[in-house]
Amino acid sequence: MSDEDEDDLILSELDDEELVLQMHDDLYDGLKEEIEEGVNILLERGWEPYRILTEALVAGMTIVGNDFRDGILFVPEVLLAANAMKGGMAILKPLLAETGAPRMGKMVIGTVKGDIHDIGKNLVAMMMEGAGFEIVDLGINTPAEEYIEALEREEADLLGMSALLTTTMPYMKVVIDTLKEQGKRNDYIVLVGGAPLNEEFAGAIGADSYCRDAAVAVETAKEYMLRKHNRASA
Amino acid sequence: MGADSTTANAAGTATGTESGTDRLSRMLAGRDWLMADGATGTTLFNMGLGAGDAPELWNTAEPDRIRALYRGAVEAGSDLFLTNSFGGNAARLKLHDAQGRVGELNRAAAELGREVADAAGREIVVAGSIGPTGEIMEPMGALTFKAAVEMFHEQAEGLKAGGVDVLWVETISDANEYRAAAEAARLAGMPWVGTMSFDTAGRTMMGVTSADLAALVEKLPNPPLAFGANCGVGAADLLRTVLGFLAAGTERPLVAKGNAGIPKYVHGHIHYDGTPELMAEYAVLARDCGARIIGGCCGTLPEHLTAMRAALENTPAGPRPTLEAIAEKLGGFSSASDGTGEGKGACAAPRRRRRRR
Repeated sequence: MSDEDEDDLILSELDDEELVLQMHDDLYDGLKEEIEEGVNILLERGWEPYRILTEALVAGMTIVGNDFRDGILFVPEVLLAANAMKGGMAILKPLLAETGAPRMGKMVIGTVKGDIHDIGKNLVAMMMEGAGFEIVDLGINTPAEEYIEALEREEADLLGMSALLTTTMPYMKVVIDTLKEQGKRNDYIVLVGGAPLNEEFAGAIGADSYCRDAAVAVETAKEYMLRKHNRASA
Repeated sequence: MGADSTTANAAGTATGTESGTDRLSRMLAGRDWLMADGATGTTLFNMGLGAGDAPELWNTAEPDRIRALYRGAVEAGSDLFLTNSFGGNAARLKLHDAQGRVGELNRAAAELGREVADAAGREIVVAGSIGPTGEIMEPMGALTFKAAVEMFHEQAEGLKAGGVDVLWVETISDANEYRAAAEAARLAGMPWVGTMSFDTAGRTMMGVTSADLAALVEKLPNPPLAFGANCGVGAADLLRTVLGFLAAGTERPLVAKGNAGIPKYVHGHIHYDGTPELMAEYAVLARDCGARIIGGCCGTLPEHLTAMRAALENTPAGPRPTLEAIAEKLGGFSSASDGTGEGKGACAAPRRRRRRR
């Protein structure tokens, strides 16, 4: 712990409830080492990895995402929080696989063919990872075949497409139409984003949702995954 | 506007260059306002640039089209135009496997610009465009300050070799990236101008407010000749940002380069909703707000520039417009607050509890 504060907290002395709230704060402040320590303490106390993921990490990142959405936090803080979250995830990931815990979800993401802008796409990828999703990043200038090949190979749940140019955003429709032609459209949740897009456009091309920013993308992906899990267990 | 010419001289001195020796400082000293250019990308796409292609490759592959791009701005009345080198840094060119051509492509962009400017028959500033690296800087991302300086410096040397008058850093969102570009200009021994893009509730993507940028430039060892805002959301937001710079007490010349309205999806096509008439209104309002270098960004074509030039020349200077007047003429703002001034604390207090402290 690098904080030099006089009344520095000892994480291991907190009870479970206090510790989880403290981890929410530490995520908010982007404190990676503290998050890793918190995850290890909860594991020692016998918490299921999945419970740590959802109650400590994902719940904490939800607060961060809400404040980003509301213009209280900005990209730098959110990226630091996502980085701290990833520190915790690195510990949990092998354990989650061993215990057969439900996946948060896997997303194939890329900037569409003809478009070379990637900073928005990278932000979404980083924040999705921060929220516990697995990300397969195809980079820029991605043709439809490449998206579809990756979706199948990775058994992904979600497809994320980004475009910053008004000339390239129509390509999103090409990808969705190709999925439809191959009878695979309903296998994936398709989220689209980028500066010139809007909800109307997303609806017109047959995407599931338009995501205004990276925080909205994370929230939307979570909602769809929840619905998917509910359907699967119903 | 009488006081502004002294400001320009002061800015020239502060860069460490001899006052008035560079063309932009000289022109700012002699003129109330200068008109910059419009959109590079939009214009090149109209000329047939393929989506996904790097515009910078045309500096050597299609030099006549780049000359036509520059001439379009000059003939529409621009006093200053930007070179076709926005994505000409190693990080961006790497996406096209052209990271080894930084010097060549930037020099070519500048040489073509110099050629067009010198043939114009009046004094024209060639500004060497430097866009962001597109990488996220430490500690959030992997790009170190040193690596960013190196990339910008490599590009700056190419632009300098090709004969630009000034380096023009634009569309930056991260304060550290702005500092890195400033350092590169210092290393290249060039005067520079730097603008940020304020597109997230009045701030840059990385949370920088207009007041933050106004304070940042004064702390640099080599402050820019002028600073300001480009791109972003709409023309109204951009002018609110300019008013924010002034409220922060800056006396440095300000740049306003706003988009021609907002991209709209209409009947399956995208167009910027800013008409030449709207951009003419914007240009006059920008001048009345106190901007000294006024131009457009995405969607701003020669026809917009022609209307802007005519309006700037034919409309007498007016009082500094209020936010209400700006909204009335250009449309509303994208957010209630721009993160500065009185509204700052209203909803902007982080929810952190920080029991650790």
